Amino acid sequence: MASLKQLSAEKDLFASGHRACAGCAASIILRQVALVAGKNTVFVGATGCMEVVSTIFPYTSWKVPFLHNAFENSAATGSGIEATYRSLKKRGKITKKINVISFGGDGGTYDIGFQSLSGAMERRHDMLYLCYNNEAYMNTGIQRSSATPFGAHTTTSPAGTVIPGKQQFPKDLTEAIAAHDIPYVAQAAPHNWADFTKKVEKALTIEGPAFINILSPCPLGWVYPPHLSIKISKLAAETCFWPIYEVENGIHKINFKPKEKKPLLEWIKSQGRFRHLLSEKNKHIVEEAQKEVNRKWDRLLKMAEAKI
Amino acid sequence: MEKIIMAKTGNESMAEAMRQINPDVVAAYPITPATEVVQIFSSFVADGLVDTELVLAESEHSALSACVGAAAAGGRVMTSTASQGLALMHEVLFIAAGLRLPIVICEVNRSLSGPINIHCDHSDTMASRDSGWIQIYSENSQEAYDNTIQAMKIAEKAFLPAIVSVDAFIISHSMERLEVLPDNEVQKFIGEHKKPYDLLDVDNPITLGGLDLQDFFFEHKRGEIEAMKEAKPIIIEVGKEYGEKFGTTYGFFEEYMMEDADFAIIALGSTAGTTKVVVDSLRKKGMKVGLFKIRVFRPFPFEEIKKALEHIKVIAVLDRVDGMSSFGSPVFHEIRSCLYESETKPVITNYIYGLGGRDIFPKEIEGVYKELEEIAEKGKVKNLINYLGVRE
Ligand SMILES: Cc1ncc(C[n+]2csc(CCOP(=O)(O)OP(=O)(O)O)c2C)c(N)n1
Ligand code: SF4
Ligand SMILES: [Mg+2]
Repeated sequence: MASLKQLSAEKDLFASGHRACAGCAASIILRQVALVAGKNTVFVGATGCMEVVSTIFPYTSWKVPFLHNAFENSAATGSGIEATYRSLKKRGKITKKINVISFGGDGGTYDIGFQSLSGAMERRHDMLYLCYNNEAYMNTGIQRSSATPFGAHTTTSPAGTVIPGKQQFPKDLTEAIAAHDIPYVAQAAPHNWADFTKKVEKALTIEGPAFINILSPCPLGWVYPPHLSIKISKLAAETCFWPIYEVENGIHKINFKPKEKKPLLEWIKSQGRFRHLLSEKNKHIVEEAQKEVNRKWDRLLKMAEAKI
Repeated sequence: MEKIIMAKTGNESMAEAMRQINPDVVAAYPITPATEVVQIFSSFVADGLVDTELVLAESEHSALSACVGAAAAGGRVMTSTASQGLALMHEVLFIAAGLRLPIVICEVNRSLSGPINIHCDHSDTMASRDSGWIQIYSENSQEAYDNTIQAMKIAEKAFLPAIVSVDAFIISHSMERLEVLPDNEVQKFIGEHKKPYDLLDVDNPITLGGLDLQDFFFEHKRGEIEAMKEAKPIIIEVGKEYGEKFGTTYGFFEEYMMEDADFAIIALGSTAGTTKVVVDSLRKKGMKVGLFKIRVFRPFPFEEIKKALEHIKVIAVLDRVDGMSSFGSPVFHEIRSCLYESETKPVITNYIYGLGGRDIFPKEIEGVYKELEEIAEKGKVKNLINYLGVRE
């Protein structure tokens, strides 16, 4: 695996000058993925922040082939590219090894693109699907998605006087994709670049479909100062709100275990989207959220321990 | 060259053409009455008769999305669908056309829900008529076969996607005589695959489908519209070449007894065949009737149709789809708009028929010709928009 120093000497394949907000983690994530994947890679991006900020005609940040089709179909589109690749290879018209990486936001992955993703994984295309999960529809103005955390304020789950933010816990997409029994599934976060880039490498090396769900702090939607994205990412792992783990050939392995799990309240306090939860009357929501984090973390520990 | 004579249904004929084309990728999803096309092609793959990569997607939306990816990666790509499937593809139809990807869909014309129905009308392809796809309608199995082969070549010359369609069950499931070309002749005719660009050319990376705002979108669309116009001579050229090589020349439309006709019916698909029979029998009785069959509905051959119809006195446009409270139906709109420019201005009426697979009988078509004659005699039109064969 290349070290950060080595990677930093490489030519960027996702160029700066794009229109992402200051402090946007998703753009850091794409830059790292492109560096690791290298120039023999075709990217497909779903409609959403990252497509919008990186491809405004006549400009592009992509120094590798890039295709945007629509919002819900980046997995299916990637599967088509992979099919042509396989076909041309079979017919002797191409010899190079080429990676196919489809990506989407949580909206394009957890929600509207869920079926397309499920289909592509089930069909066993040799591709990586990457979800940059900023936990809401940011491009259209911070609406709730099925990845939005319990209690969070979004423009369609507002913290009102009667209903205090989103009333449902997020869907566990990583496990849902692991249930497809594909060779490689992982969760990552951008503060831990070494872990993340290793996962991307692994995903591209194995044959068959791979899925990585990476948390993507968003200063605009989560409401915090832009220089804190990486700190907030770290906090997500330390509170076990966002466990860093992988499922390789069906076996769960935790890649980061905090010595002492930090209280979820620290994570909640770090972002304006949870501000309303700090009031006395919403204390029970924080408690409920903590309980859920504990339940899921314990479950993950057990699975990792049992090597299942 | 020796053609092989077979008995094949419309679906089998299209699948046969697909086998001979042997695309790099087929991505598809089954739907009645086009399911057979996917099934037959799957057995071609299973039996090694083609070496296509077959992507059996989990929906038509994904099937066409995969086609877009496959074609953008430089592959020769086909799919098949009908009705709800085409409707589910609707979003991606526009994207495929906007990206100028030469994908071919073998389509079976089935009515759109609701209520749900599996039989023939043209509501599905008519609902996507402005999506930027070339549309070619087939009268019978032979045309479905010939059109599929030509569509592949036209699409790759024009860098535009194309839909070839046949009427549900009436053609898709009826066994007819089919003249099949030798495999190598089909390959020779379509030639090496021509691609607009190639995502797999990683040494020359391109960005496709980027965000295109107020400052460029309109020019790009304008270019696409121009490409649609430029497809017209390509369609004619390919139709002519097909004729020179294989015997039957194809154009935008077919004129049947139109030269000296006073009264004409305009129809698409299988109804054209039925109408020919009626024309023959009325001609025997001395009526000057003709049939004008539209083969290519997109790009719409405006000038050519105007010229071909100017001399007709009264025209009835048979539409197998309803405009839902627009004034008449799509084919009627286009024909009327064409002839508004002509000095002779023939009278044009619209007959909506056959929705949800309701049969149309020669007697009804004969009735339409009689009404056209009556209009000419009285110089008056009772109803511009009429419904044929429905209980009112
Ligand atoms: C079919 C369809 N529905 C809705 C939209 C509008 N839309 C565009 S991007 C987007 C949200 C994207 O959210 P996500 O996938 O989480 O990406 P993010 O913008 O947060 O990076 C929505 C709702 C669309 N483009 N297409
Ligand atoms: S809204 Fe959030 S995800 Fe979108 S560009 Fe800004 S910081 Fe990045
Ligand atoms: Mg999002």
